[in-house]
Order: sequence, then structure tokens, then C-alpha cells
Amino acid sequence: MNSLNRNKMKSFTFFIGVVLAPTSLLAGELGASELSTGNTAWILTSTALVLFMTLPGLALFYGGLVGTKNVLSVLMQCFSITAVISVLWLIGLYSMAFSEGTAFVGGLSKAMLNGVTLDSLSGDIPESVFFMFQMTFAIITPALIVGAFAERMKFNAMLLFSILWAIFVYAPICHWVWGGGWLQQMGLLDFAGGTVVHVTAGIAALVTALVMGKRSGFPNVARPPHNLTMTVTGAGMLWVGWFGFNGGSALGANGTAGMAMLVTHISASGGVISWSLMEVKKYGKPSVLGAVTGMVAGLGTITPASGFVGPGGALLIGLIAGVVCFYATNYIKNVLHIDDSLDVFPVHGVGGIIGTLMAGIFCSPALGVFSGFGFAQGIDSISSQVYVQAVGVLATGTYTGVATFAILKVVALITPLRVSEDEETEGLDISQHEERGYYL
Amino acid sequence: MKKIEAIIKPFKLEDVKTALKEGGFFGLTVAEVKGFGKQMGHTELYRGAEYQIDFVSKLMLTLVVDDDMRDKAIEIIVEAANTGKIGDGKIFVSSVEEVVRIRTGETGSQAL
Repeated sequence: MNSLNRNKMKSFTFFIGVVLAPTSLLAGELGASELSTGNTAWILTSTALVLFMTLPGLALFYGGLVGTKNVLSVLMQCFSITAVISVLWLIGLYSMAFSEGTAFVGGLSKAMLNGVTLDSLSGDIPESVFFMFQMTFAIITPALIVGAFAERMKFNAMLLFSILWAIFVYAPICHWVWGGGWLQQMGLLDFAGGTVVHVTAGIAALVTALVMGKRSGFPNVARPPHNLTMTVTGAGMLWVGWFGFNGGSALGANGTAGMAMLVTHISASGGVISWSLMEVKKYGKPSVLGAVTGMVAGLGTITPASGFVGPGGALLIGLIAGVVCFYATNYIKNVLHIDDSLDVFPVHGVGGIIGTLMAGIFCSPALGVFSGFGFAQGIDSISSQVYVQAVGVLATGTYTGVATFAILKVVALITPLRVSEDEETEGLDISQHEERGYYL
Repeated sequence: MKKIEAIIKPFKLEDVKTALKEGGFFGLTVAEVKGFGKQMGHTELYRGAEYQIDFVSKLMLTLVVDDDMRDKAIEIIVEAANTGKIGDGKIFVSSVEEVVRIRTGETGSQAL
């Protein structure tokens, strides 16, 4: 979400309240307190697009990357996370993230959407629509982490972990950055979730992979993706869905939304091209999996920057994302031998980190063709903005790392995190769900 | 009667089948198989993770012929399946004790 616009909007509402804006023309022009049907229509659409990213986009993307014996487990994890987080979002997570509270977490005044009626507005869209739009972000973030522990986590442990993680990591950090919390007040630019979604999911993935340990046989046993066609299908849905993710984060149907969609698309394209070129340079051939991974890197990296940078900046961000995430993936897997099964940290985590930092550079209006649309309120230089961005990355990353570790330890007291070795060999589809993905 | 089992490159199936039909052979069974010989496997690379794939996909054709047709069948397969490159496959020939046509109960050469 656009913290810049929200701040402006808040102060504007305040202005109206105090000065008693004389004409309805003024209020109508700026749309501060009246429902905008155009904006509402776009956020309704964006909500559908972002849910589509998880179901079936991410589910297919991940499902194709695992083995035949684990394909259903990944689909089931994405599906059940969607259902469970949605209910939690209604019960209390939305309130923790977006209602009045401290600088660190919201209160429970909007638990069960208490007091929210058909006429309640958030900005100039119905609060129900804002609730739904934000809910889809709360769903996809824990769903992204699935890639780190794929093919070895017990289903009940996964559910418990996801629930606690949404409560103790996602909701508070969402409040810090978008709900009026301390990072928002500091002027952190995170348009659509570089810190809230990608840094948190990426760091949690890294910690989870380390705590859970490697899949048996890693890295010596071959684990090729069982269906790259499925993965590319899911990747295509992610690309399209991301238009709602970033474009919708303008919370309006306006120039910011249009530009966010444009830079999102350019960055994704840049990521595809640079990752593919890296593969050609290192291995001689560009792979399909490399191309779609570069796309995700480009999309994840532009996410925090998408409402603040221009097309030139977006192109550089996408190209840089493909190269940096390519090296990060190789380094994590082949040098550190960390079994982050589907490379969530090197793609989303690293992408979220460099994207959040680069948002602080390319938002500058003084970079010629690479200019963006300005710093946060009260900030007037690249260095001060990048400093705030770095604080945002460090704070969200550190808190996520510590909290994720603690949550895993608590879950482990209740149920083993991993399936037994026999169950892992048999596959999670049979051992956890008693069904098979394929009867061929 | 002889059983001829030929392991060939998958994309040569149409050529071999056509040549056999033109040579007067009717009846052919095909199975998808994996294996390795001198060709060995190949490597596959997924996001920097390199895997050695030892088993290469091939097709195995099985046909049973009368003794006097043995050499002709082998000749046709060798010619049609040949690319001159490593990995063209092999042909195994063995004797068959009995053949029975299930529908009629005929046996031996008549059942072929």
C-alpha cells in the first residue's frame, strides 16, 4: 500500500475537518471522504487478481517444482493456508494490522469487523473491500514460505506454524509499515510489500530451512521438478496477478496504479532477460525454469518500489534483480548447501531486500530518465531515504528471523516438524493426505 | 521362430515401423524403456542444481518372426534406425518356443 498517499490523505482529511472545506467541489475533486466507485471497482478487481496469484498461481508454480509424490501436499498447503488465514484475518488479524493501536501493533477494536457496516469507508473505498484486498496479501505471504519446507514438513505442524506466524509476524509487521506503525511514521517506502511480504517470507524461509534441516539425500540425490509445464502455467498467473498486487496497492484507479502496473511489467521482463542471459553466460543455454524464476525475481524486487519509481528505474531494478537473485540462488544451494527447497529466500528474500533499498534510490526525482516520483514526506535526499529503507529491511528481517525461530521451537514442542524418514520416502501425498496426484 | 527385440531412439519409431510394414512384417509391440549403454546419460540443470541423469529414454520394439525372416527383419531395423551417432541402440535375437493366437488357439507359425 502506498504509505505516501495514505499520509497525504490523512493530513488532508485532517485539513478538511479543521478548516471545514467550503465547497463540496474540493472534496469531490480529491475524493477524500466520499465513496469512489471507480477506485472501488479497481480494488475489487485487484483483490481477485491477488487471490488468483495464490490459488492457483503459486500453488501450481510450486506444485510443478516438487516430485510427483509431493505435488498434492504443496497444493493442499496453499489451499489450507488460504482458508485458515482468511478466517483469522476476520477474527483478529485485520484489526491487529490496521486498527488504531500502538506503533508496534494495532488493537482488537475491529475484531470480527466489529462496527464495520456497508457504509464504512477506508479512504474512498468500502472498508470491506480494503479488508479483502489486504487479506489476499496476508494469505500469499505464509503461502510463499511453503517453498522452503516443501517435501518434508508435517501437515499439522505446517498449519500451526502458519497460524502463529501470521499472528506474531505478519500482522505486526503489516501494522509497522502500512497500519500507521513506526516504520510508516519514519517514512519507509514500501508500496506493495517488499518488506511486509517478501522480506518476511524470505527470511522466514531461510530460518525454516535451517531449523528443519535438509531433505534426505540433498544435495546428492536428483530432485528435478516433476512438471515444469505446471510451473510455467503458475508463473504466468503470478505475472498477471501481480498487476493487482502492485497496481491495486495504489488503492485507487489512478495514475499511480497505472504507473505501478507499468513498472511491474517492465521489471518482470528485465528479470526474465537478465536471468536468462546469466544462464547463457554460465551454462551455455537458457532454461525455462530460469526464465520464470527471473520473472519472479523481477516482480518481487519491484514490489516495494512500484508506486515510487519510473520506467527507467524499473528496467534497472528488473535487470539487477535477475542477476543478483541468480547468484544468490547458486550461493545458497551450492556453496552454503542450505536446502531451501524451492529457493524462496534467494528469490523473494533477496529480491525484497534489494528492491526496498533500490526504491530509496530510484524514487529520486533527480535521476534524469531513471527518475521516480519523490521521497517520503519530510525526506529530501537519496541517502536519508536509503537509510530509512535500510532500517526497514533490518527491522523487519531481524524481527522475522527471531520470531520465526521461536515459533518453530514452540511448534516443535507440540508436534514434530518433520515427517518420518519413511514417510518422506513414501511422499507427503500418501503419508499426509492418503491420496495421489497422478493415476496414470 | 525368433524373437527380435530392438532398442532404438524414440524418434526413429515411425521410420522403423514404416520400413517393417513395407517389408511385409505385421505385428509389432512397443514399450517405453530407460537405460544406458556406452552413450551414458546426460546432465540436467535446475536453478544451478546439476543432476546426472543416467537413464536415457528409449523405445523397445518386440516382434516375433519365422526363422527365414530373421535376417530380413534385422536388416530393415538396422537400416531404418541408424543415425550413425552413439546411442542408436541394440538388437537382441532369441529363439521362441511357442506362439499361441488366443482367439483361435492356433499355434506356431500359423499364429504369427
